[in-house]
Amino acid sequence: MIYLTRRYRFSASHRLHRDALSEEENARLYGKCNSPYGHGHNYVLEVTLAGPVDPATGMLCDLSQLDATVDREVIQRFDHTHLNLDVENFRSRVPTTENLCVEIFRLLETKVPGGDGVRLERVRLEETSSNYFEYEGEHAGALSRRRV
Amino acid sequence: MIYVTRKAEFSASHYYHNPSLSPEENRRMFGKCNNPHGHGHNYTLEVTVAGEIDPATGMVLDLKDLKRILEAEVIQLMDHKFLNKEVPAFASKIPTTENIAIEIWNLLAPKLTVGRLHRIRLYETPDLFVDYYGD
Repeated sequence: MIYLTRRYRFSASHRLHRDALSEEENARLYGKCNSPYGHGHNYVLEVTLAGPVDPATGMLCDLSQLDATVDREVIQRFDHTHLNLDVENFRSRVPTTENLCVEIFRLLETKVPGGDGVRLERVRLEETSSNYFEYEGEHAGALSRRRV
Repeated sequence: MIYVTRKAEFSASHYYHNPSLSPEENRRMFGKCNNPHGHGHNYTLEVTVAGEIDPATGMVLDLKDLKRILEAEVIQLMDHKFLNKEVPAFASKIPTTENIAIEIWNLLAPKLTVGRLHRIRLYETPDLFVDYYGD
């Protein structure tokens, strides 16, 4: 079993706000992230696949296929957008980096390239260089138990 | 249990080619990595050893020993080499980052006398790395 991680980047804006709450409650809960026009981040995305090395290629999967999948499913969908306004999935869900991380996992989970036994292990999303979020699906991946 | 990670760097060239496939199939499968003259990377290796802290020293292992083992087993073997042609393990195995990480595990695991090899992390570029835990 080998774990392969590839890093990608995209830039987007968002506003943390829930319609169900009052203006005061939103301001208290989300602070400056509630600013009405939104604000942006340069997100750094790490996608980790796990599986066996294919003896014919020496590789876990074809990286150009992984790049194409991530570009199609994630980068084209989110890069240079306002997540609240431009992305359907966030019309009714707050585009926190937690929710974005889970959404990216779901977008990629069934589409990652590779042969038998290759699976999406983890999505790690950095909002800034000081905070990041990780999601391994509901099964809580093996990697989190081994990670140091 | 505590985990100690030591980093090392080496530069090497490689190309991807499976001799049981035709030239066309190799080009299709490996793209520009199939160029027989090879191409290079600056690899960054992270070796993580798991162990208990020795109360006498406050350390899991002497990092100088780990550095010496890394130098002797990996850096001497791979640094500034054409991996396909100069490293015996890759005469019959494609030197992908996946296979290099596994080979480094196999070289280091038997040489560690203190602690237990936990993970090999090998960066081919800052945006691509593989992890191997020995199974």
